[in-house]
Amino acid sequence: MKLELRGITKRFGSLVANDHIDLTVEAGEIHCLLGENGAGKSTLMNVLYGLYQADEGEVLLDDEVQHFAGPGDAMAAGIGMVHQHFMLIPVFTVAENVMLGHESTKAGGILDLASARAKVREISDRFGFDVDPDALVDDLPVGVQQRVEIIKALSRDARVLVFDEPTAVLTPQETDELMGIMRQLKESGTSIVFITHKLREVREVADRITVIRLGKVVGEASPTASNAELASLMVGRAVELTVHKDEPNLGEAALVVEGLTVIDPIGQLVVNDVSFTVRRGEILAVAGVQGNGQTELTEALLGLQPRITGSIAIDGIELSSASPRRILDAGVGFVPEDRNEDGLVGEFTITENLMLDRSNGAPFVRAGNIQRAALEQFAREKVSEFDVRTQGIDSKVRQLSGGNQQKVVLARELSRDLRLLVAAQPTRGVDVGSIEFIHKRIVETRDSGVPVVVVSTELDEVAALADRIMVMYRGRIVGIVPGDTPREVLGLMMAGEVPTEGAAA
Amino acid sequence: MSDPREPASGGADSREPDADVAIEEPGSVAATSTTTTTTAAARAAAPEVEPPSRWHTMLHQIATGNAIISVLAVILALIVGAIMIAFTDENVQKASVYFFARPGDTVVAVWQSVSGAYTALFQGSVYNFNRDTFAAGIRPLTETLTFATPLIAGGLGVGLAFRVGMFNIGGRGQMLIAASVAGWIGFGFDLPWGLHMLVALIGGLLGGALWAGIAGLLKARTGAHEVIVTIMLNYVAFYLVSWMLRTPGLLQAPGSSNPKTPAMKETAIFPALLGPQYNLHFGFILVVGATVLVWWILSRSSLGFKFRAVGENPNAARVAGINVKSMYVYAMLIAGALLGLAGVSQVLGTVTTGFTAGIDAGIGFDAITVALLGRSTPWGIFVAGILFGAFKAGGFSMQAAEGVPVEIVLVVQSLIVLFIAAPPLVRTIFRLPDPSRAAKRPRPIVTKEVKAK
Repeated sequence: MKLELRGITKRFGSLVANDHIDLTVEAGEIHCLLGENGAGKSTLMNVLYGLYQADEGEVLLDDEVQHFAGPGDAMAAGIGMVHQHFMLIPVFTVAENVMLGHESTKAGGILDLASARAKVREISDRFGFDVDPDALVDDLPVGVQQRVEIIKALSRDARVLVFDEPTAVLTPQETDELMGIMRQLKESGTSIVFITHKLREVREVADRITVIRLGKVVGEASPTASNAELASLMVGRAVELTVHKDEPNLGEAALVVEGLTVIDPIGQLVVNDVSFTVRRGEILAVAGVQGNGQTELTEALLGLQPRITGSIAIDGIELSSASPRRILDAGVGFVPEDRNEDGLVGEFTITENLMLDRSNGAPFVRAGNIQRAALEQFAREKVSEFDVRTQGIDSKVRQLSGGNQQKVVLARELSRDLRLLVAAQPTRGVDVGSIEFIHKRIVETRDSGVPVVVVSTELDEVAALADRIMVMYRGRIVGIVPGDTPREVLGLMMAGEVPTEGAAA
Repeated sequence: MSDPREPASGGADSREPDADVAIEEPGSVAATSTTTTTTAAARAAAPEVEPPSRWHTMLHQIATGNAIISVLAVILALIVGAIMIAFTDENVQKASVYFFARPGDTVVAVWQSVSGAYTALFQGSVYNFNRDTFAAGIRPLTETLTFATPLIAGGLGVGLAFRVGMFNIGGRGQMLIAASVAGWIGFGFDLPWGLHMLVALIGGLLGGALWAGIAGLLKARTGAHEVIVTIMLNYVAFYLVSWMLRTPGLLQAPGSSNPKTPAMKETAIFPALLGPQYNLHFGFILVVGATVLVWWILSRSSLGFKFRAVGENPNAARVAGINVKSMYVYAMLIAGALLGLAGVSQVLGTVTTGFTAGIDAGIGFDAITVALLGRSTPWGIFVAGILFGAFKAGGFSMQAAEGVPVEIVLVVQSLIVLFIAAPPLVRTIFRLPDPSRAAKRPRPIVTKEVKAK
């Protein structure tokens, strides 16, 4: 089915979210919609899906003008959507979820589960999804839940499928599998709109690329375009994707971890006898598929894991049994993996968040009183130094974009005297422009002689920052290799294979 | 957290069935990890910090929402109250029988009953124009402030706990214990004027603080939910005080068989602020001071900063090196002391002739309402407390002057809470925009791993 959007304009008050956007998706084509957070991609798709009414413009399917009053109309016309946040009921089975909303019944109002099951099985077999119709959605991994969403759309005969940031929740492997599924769907004639801001994925599957910035189409690109070209289209200026960094100026060993073992609260061994050293002025990147102990490792470094054995020493001071307060006071900066959950208080202002881990004494507290003048001056300095885009230092952090939120975390952590920086997924959910900035600051921190531990599941990030790479698999270190180790080797190590040419670096 | 090695015995295991289910993704590479949501991650990583539940979120929104909703809720409740006054009024009922013949009569009767009732409410709570002198006319206002005194103190105690993410329903118990300690010092000791009062006051505050501190300590140490603990401590306190009131040598007045204490000694009683013809006592000054203190704690002090951080996001607070557990304990201690102030002002200010187990007069629960109406901000609570004090003072005169049942006032109070608890309802009635819709920003779902096996 051919999808065409003509001159779609959507305004929210004075804000023009979509400004005369034209987009054509041919049948059997994967069309990528590329743009930064807030560029207007999701608004456009919500117009397409009937969730919003366009102020101007029209939607055409196979050259016929459509009028969608709501998602029901859009679905009936053959448009399916796979939302970033799954619309599934966790306590229902796959089949129940798939039939939800258009349940067919047998005589006496009994649900016809058998036909729903058969449908799930049929679609699942056709595309090799391997989804059990009777599994509870709650028990399924995120990647499989996403397939359930796809099955849901296909079971309603969707001929146009919209994927809204589908890879944000997936591991690299799951992402690769999704790419495969998308190609299969395309071969069966389904048109696909793929919304993302990740450049590599775009180049991998897209047939055509439309770049949106600030609500306008700023250009079309072919999948052969380089990352740099795409990024500069997206951001509107040239972006340095690879951080410029000099050879590390290595000092003495600063962070020494010996035989660290972490048992999580439900009794599982999540970090298993890990030993490594980070020297001053060095970035050690911890790579690995999400969930192989990296999170717990960083939490252990911060004293957030209650059950650890082994030794963690910074500049010779043993900190394995210290409280988070003592560890922070010892000069450890921490950028947590989930900033909304662990790094920021959303309802607090930028100013308040900037003093969050310094609420105990100088410079912001004297005799139990918050020194508001000093704090506000500090906040103003940091907001401009870290280029936090905000209406003012009294804005609530909840209202900032992901990139700006992360800059607030970074500003807070980097403005103390650090003896170690631990950054977990420092650029997750962060726009391209901010990624560049954050990477630069991390490298600057290294160059000032601070040892840095970066945990990332993005190989691009690992490659950009690392002086050495430590790969973790199932709680153990597979190996520690030089920063320029090829991607393929790292990929194998992330699957648990010890590299043949020696693991030392 | 008692012993993390026994997940089966604790809540952790039952709360997250998905975290330890071995999910093998069939047909995929060995390295494929399984994923659960962030919430599970937070629970797994930080079992001792309670994850913000839906219940918590709801409470939080109710407790800290928009001030305009509070005002509108009061207006709405008064309107509904007016309808009820009209319906229960005999003259209105008589006139409505011939409504279609002479509708004017019904309208007049409605107007008279409603305006009469609310005028009486005003005259009973603010200024009585029927009195000759200003001194007599202003008496209702001083009554209002007298009634407001324990309500404000209690509201501050509940509101402060709200801001730290806790629901302190134990106001009654905390007040009873504080009143008993203060009363016991007040009638049982001979101390010079001033010092006696001070000792009784401090004793009462400590009593309330420690009683609430039990709940805080249990929450911090064992994770016991403060709602359950404080409710149960209410019963414990009530029966403990009842027993002491019946036991000679403890709280019971000598030579009496009633469960009542002797009168407070003159040296311990709060002095009257405006002379003996008014009931307003020194407790009101203390409550103004307490309001300023709570304002300072919450908005200016480092302790209050930590309180609010814990209340808004305990996980981030913990990662930022704030000791979440001790914050719970400190917050409950202060909240208990504030409710203690409410109890002390009852025995040393309002009812100085000796007290019974009913000395709390429901203030411990009204305090929750006051805190809600005041949006858990100190000055909001102050205003809300005075409003509720006015209802109490004016309700009686409404009944006396107009025959409007005093229960109407209670209904109005309850309606206020109902409307505050349902902001969408109030917004719909007044056609206000929904703030959450504009400001909503989708939160990124961050995948979380599972433990390697």
